[in-house]
Amino acid sequence: MTTTSSRYQVSIEADPTVPIIRMTRDFDATPAELMRAHTDPELFARWVGPNGMETEILDWDATTGGRWRYVARRDGVEFGFHGCFHEVSDESIVQTFTFDGQRGDVALQTLRFEDLGDGRTRLHAQSLVDSFEGRDQWLASGMETGVDEGYAKLDALVAELR
Amino acid sequence: MASEQLSRAFAALADPTRRDMVARLAGGDATVGELADPYDVSVQAVSKHIKVLTDAGLVSQSKDAQRRPCHLEAEVFDLMTKWIERYRHQAQERYERLDAVLADMRGDERPTDHHLEQGAAS
Repeated sequence: MTTTSSRYQVSIEADPTVPIIRMTRDFDATPAELMRAHTDPELFARWVGPNGMETEILDWDATTGGRWRYVARRDGVEFGFHGCFHEVSDESIVQTFTFDGQRGDVALQTLRFEDLGDGRTRLHAQSLVDSFEGRDQWLASGMETGVDEGYAKLDALVAELR
Repeated sequence: MASEQLSRAFAALADPTRRDMVARLAGGDATVGELADPYDVSVQAVSKHIKVLTDAGLVSQSKDAQRRPCHLEAEVFDLMTKWIERYRHQAQERYERLDAVLADMRGDERPTDHHLEQGAAS
């Protein structure tokens, strides 16, 4: 995949009072386009990632009451995920999310597409998990999926921030 | 990796009183008595909070028998910041892939523009 400019940065917030992760990110796209990239399985599989992993959609019905299931593969290792589309409307998606490796743990994800005009949209993504431990494991999941690229650079960056 | 320690640290900070204590300790070491002063709670209650913060590795207490001042362990906060930054980095990568998909979608729908973009890219 080609490198795109990092014109927009994702902002992230781990709420200290409830086990929620909130993310915000702007896109050069209309809400309808962003919605399509989230609901069309072929498009979704192309970006959900992480880098270097191939995503195969096994089940996909992006309508209210529908369900989804996919696996991410790399070097013969598989990570499965599944959930339900609780509600899909024009400007938001409410869905559940479970990592097959931790069945029983379920996150409630709310995606909202805010029209900023001029063909730009702000994505508000919120994940509510059922415990702080679950939330923090989630935050730590970068370690498990083996996405190491850029960590050294990142460490330097974090060092600068101090 | 100290994942359990980090979970405890996040959990310890879920309490607003403990967050406030941490904020005060960021300004310098303080005894349990000093920390209890601004709150309408007993020294015992503050001691409990301090124990949670100590167990989470966020605060240490010196062995100085008399005062035993509480000290903030800044490294744990650095670790928390780092983890969140790693997660953010992953999310950023994911959304940059989404940027590319969205750009492609526009290309598909507007062949003329797509042609121009390809020309400009090469």
